[in-house]
Amino acid sequence: MQRIGVFICWCGSNIAATVDVERVAEIMKSEPGVVYSANYQYMCSENGQQLIKQAIKEHNLTGIVVGACSPRMHEATFRKAAEAAGLNPYMVEIANIREHCSWIHKDMEEATEKAVVLVRTAIAKVKLNAPLTAGESPVVKRALVIGGGIAGIQAALDIADAGFEVDIVEKNATIGGRMAQLDKTFPTLDCSACILTPKMVDCAQHEKIDILSYSEIEDVKGFVGNFSVTIRKKARYVDETKCTGCKICMEKCPSKKGLNTFNMGLNTRPAIHIPFAQAIPNVAVIDPEQCIKLKTGKCGICQKFCGVGAIDYEQKDTFIERQYGAIVVATGFKPISLESFNEYGYDDNKDVITSLELERLMNAAGPTNGVLLRPSDGEHPKVITFIQCVGSRDTSGCGKPYCSKVCCMYTAKHAMLIREKYPDTEVHVFYIDVRTPGKNYDEFFRRAVEQYGVDYIKGMVGKVYNENGKLMVQGSNLIDNEQVTIESDLVVLAAAIEPEPSVRKIATLLTASIDTNNFLTESHAKLRPVESPTAGVYLAGMCQGPKDIPETVSQASACAAKVIGLLVKDKLKTNPCVATPDEMMCNGCSQCANVCAYGAITYIDKEFRLGGGKTEVRRVASVNPAVCQGCGACTVTCPSGAMDLKGFSSKQIMSEVEAICKK
Amino acid sequence: MKISYYPGCTLKTKAKDLDVTARLCAKALGVEMEEIENWQCCGAVYPMATDEIATKLSAVRALDHAKHNGGKLLTLCSACHNVIKRTNEDMKTNDDIRFRANNYLQLDEPYGGEAEVLHYLEMLKTVVGFDNIKKAVVNPVKRKIGAYYGCLLLRPSGVMAFDNPENPTIIEDFIRAIGGTPVIYPFRNECCGAYVSLKNSDLPKQKSKKVLMSAKEKGAEEIITACPLCLYNLQVNGEGTLPVKYFTELLAEALGVQV
Amino acid sequence: MTKEEYVETINRISGTDVRKCMKCGKCSGRCPAFKDMDIKPHQFVSLLVKGDVDALLESKAIWHCLSCMACVERCPRGVAPAAVVEAVRDTVVRMQGNNGVKAEDIPPVVDELIPQQLLVSAYRKYNK
Repeated sequence: MQRIGVFICWCGSNIAATVDVERVAEIMKSEPGVVYSANYQYMCSENGQQLIKQAIKEHNLTGIVVGACSPRMHEATFRKAAEAAGLNPYMVEIANIREHCSWIHKDMEEATEKAVVLVRTAIAKVKLNAPLTAGESPVVKRALVIGGGIAGIQAALDIADAGFEVDIVEKNATIGGRMAQLDKTFPTLDCSACILTPKMVDCAQHEKIDILSYSEIEDVKGFVGNFSVTIRKKARYVDETKCTGCKICMEKCPSKKGLNTFNMGLNTRPAIHIPFAQAIPNVAVIDPEQCIKLKTGKCGICQKFCGVGAIDYEQKDTFIERQYGAIVVATGFKPISLESFNEYGYDDNKDVITSLELERLMNAAGPTNGVLLRPSDGEHPKVITFIQCVGSRDTSGCGKPYCSKVCCMYTAKHAMLIREKYPDTEVHVFYIDVRTPGKNYDEFFRRAVEQYGVDYIKGMVGKVYNENGKLMVQGSNLIDNEQVTIESDLVVLAAAIEPEPSVRKIATLLTASIDTNNFLTESHAKLRPVESPTAGVYLAGMCQGPKDIPETVSQASACAAKVIGLLVKDKLKTNPCVATPDEMMCNGCSQCANVCAYGAITYIDKEFRLGGGKTEVRRVASVNPAVCQGCGACTVTCPSGAMDLKGFSSKQIMSEVEAICKK
Repeated sequence: MKISYYPGCTLKTKAKDLDVTARLCAKALGVEMEEIENWQCCGAVYPMATDEIATKLSAVRALDHAKHNGGKLLTLCSACHNVIKRTNEDMKTNDDIRFRANNYLQLDEPYGGEAEVLHYLEMLKTVVGFDNIKKAVVNPVKRKIGAYYGCLLLRPSGVMAFDNPENPTIIEDFIRAIGGTPVIYPFRNECCGAYVSLKNSDLPKQKSKKVLMSAKEKGAEEIITACPLCLYNLQVNGEGTLPVKYFTELLAEALGVQV
Repeated sequence: MTKEEYVETINRISGTDVRKCMKCGKCSGRCPAFKDMDIKPHQFVSLLVKGDVDALLESKAIWHCLSCMACVERCPRGVAPAAVVEAVRDTVVRMQGNNGVKAEDIPPVVDELIPQQLLVSAYRKYNK
């Protein structure tokens, strides 16, 4: 005979203001199988948990239902309490009467009625629950960091400093990411390279860190604590172990017209090249699209001049497979394409540039050696107009609906640096709102206005066009209710940022969820901001949402703390709610194995006794409980109904449906 | 091939040149423009108010005719094209307008945006093909020509789907096909202001001058357009800054079609 | 009509959701008729959000808007300022005696080159 206890939580006024909690608890007293029912202000509190523990012991409860908030919040809390009182934790069911009821209803009568149904449903299920025991799986003490920008670098360094092995997989030929392209950084204006490159060097020299540059993630299998990852090391046509970074090949290479992507295409580079002076690894790479030897078979000059014999035109992509306990995704961002914003004339005018291009034009290692010259004719621009929110906060379908967050600050930085270095330059900034929350941020922006005399115009630009060699920037000045046209020499567009597109493939491989803007989704927006809902996968930097360097570094370190917390464990408890096949019903059709996203299902040949001493060998499904995530895809796919999920059996779910439908 | 053709009020009177040259050129290129029977004036301006139904009916009648006669409706005047294309979109996507318009018209079968509205330039591009026009040219127009799109062909781009609203190329491609050199200038997609001529004569003057000066500065020797109203405005208010012609006049010249 | 009814009518026949406006001013940054408008394109939107019907109905700008759709095309929020201008103009001309073009005004301004299109559209736009 089942002895069920029901506990209805008020959640302060969160539930109690809309649901008559006392009445719900009272009604439950007369439900079949229920021997105890109570309500309390905060079930999750120490006292609330005590109430549950006491009731379990005093009334010999065999199962409990807690009517409270989402199981995502406190299921673990109540399971622990039950376990402490001697009840199997899987004999606990949560009826979500907050998110699914009190928060979305206004009428108390209706909400109470619904709460009663929800609790009854949970009672129906708990009656069919069976005690389950969590298994254990070992933890591989090595972490993978995908992306070698500042987020990945920081996460890797922190994890490695705690004594764990870390691999950084970077798709470009060098680590450093976007931060390596920046000139100065706000709000302190220190040189980006000066603060980044020591960290890059630390990574290279750290005995626990292995940098796999020019490499991509090919496949991911496994689960938290035990991921198996295939990494493609792309052919760079240069032997990493031999190249000394002397750059003689770059001097001699006859194919010099490739666009220098590190400089945002503002100048050219040879087919064989090292992306920038402080690249890590300081090893050349050949662009196969541009290399004469690789395209035509003729040339081979770099090989002739290489003093150490590092050039290898025959090099092929290679694959390595490694095991990891945890994965940090730090794939970063790119500025959006401006093809939907022709009104700003980016495609038609060389002197309409993006902010990231301006970073390179201002950088001492950039195409102009840090002298601000306009791309069209190499002249000093005398009037520079900045346009903010190009493609940000755009719900028309042309741009991105979100605020890119960093543009207000970097535009203030650019404006200030230009006025500092070239005081005879006139600088205008069109803005919709200036958003500068952050320590010393608004002070920084105000300095641009008050100390450096940057002209901030509240309004938006409608058109940029070329007239008599000048860029005419026509926009509104909303404060003065005017339409203005500013004759400019250079126009700088603060293009919205978006997640690096390769993140989509990585998210799919990791079964990590992604939002409509391709940002990876965190497990909880406030309380689990660095964890993906996929266990063992952590998020750092722009791949999770727009953020600046300080925030990125904080998030990366937070990721590292989470990873370290995972890797110090020898074993992890596994979820016992896994799929199990009824071998007598399984017909070996493989459909379950085909839908399993985790590769948890294999097929085995098994001998069955038929009676009369006869046996038969049949092919049946077998689930690896350590790999199964309990998603249930196989249970609904199985045509013969052989597959079931422990803790969520078809019988249990049908009993819930019946409880809901019953009047 | 035959295509149902909607000429519109102005092409029968002040813009006869546009109509006549277009028909002759189409014929030379193997397309017969079949003027639809009993067409009524489209109203020359698209009524945006969501409760305007009666003002859209003449466009719907023409569209319904095309639906039953080949499925395509060829337009030439930019204003007609704008009105008919936008009305067609309403009939396709706006349940309320479609219901009420059909209520008025009581057609044998309700009209629901089935016809395809095709501007003459789109016809040249997709039905004839600019490459075929190039082959048919006997007298290449070896001049620097500025395309003037104005507002009606391009906007709202979501509905008109004519070309990139900020950086259109179709008329430039046409100019190349007839042997000319297209001149890109920033005001080719700006409104010439002609619509308010009766209320405000100053604005059309300023705007048309701006358009022509912009084209001239970039090296254009003449301007072509598909809109009779733009042509009028640019000619009258442009004070001879540059010659302004219908694009079909240049097509006729290039094809050696005698008008 | 009461003030509220005017606001409701203008909102409804404009067919655009003015609350989506984020007050960036791009519409007014692009408007080719800006200088001739007493109320600017962005103000049509903000005045309607505010419910200031008097200012809208008294505006002279309704006669100067070119309906060229430049503002509609560039609005980053999918708002159509030109549709608000037209909704206000329609609300005005639908009232008795408010036609914008009078028959006797026409002959003096018509030259022999004027295309029919201009006269037809003027009647369509300014009169009811």
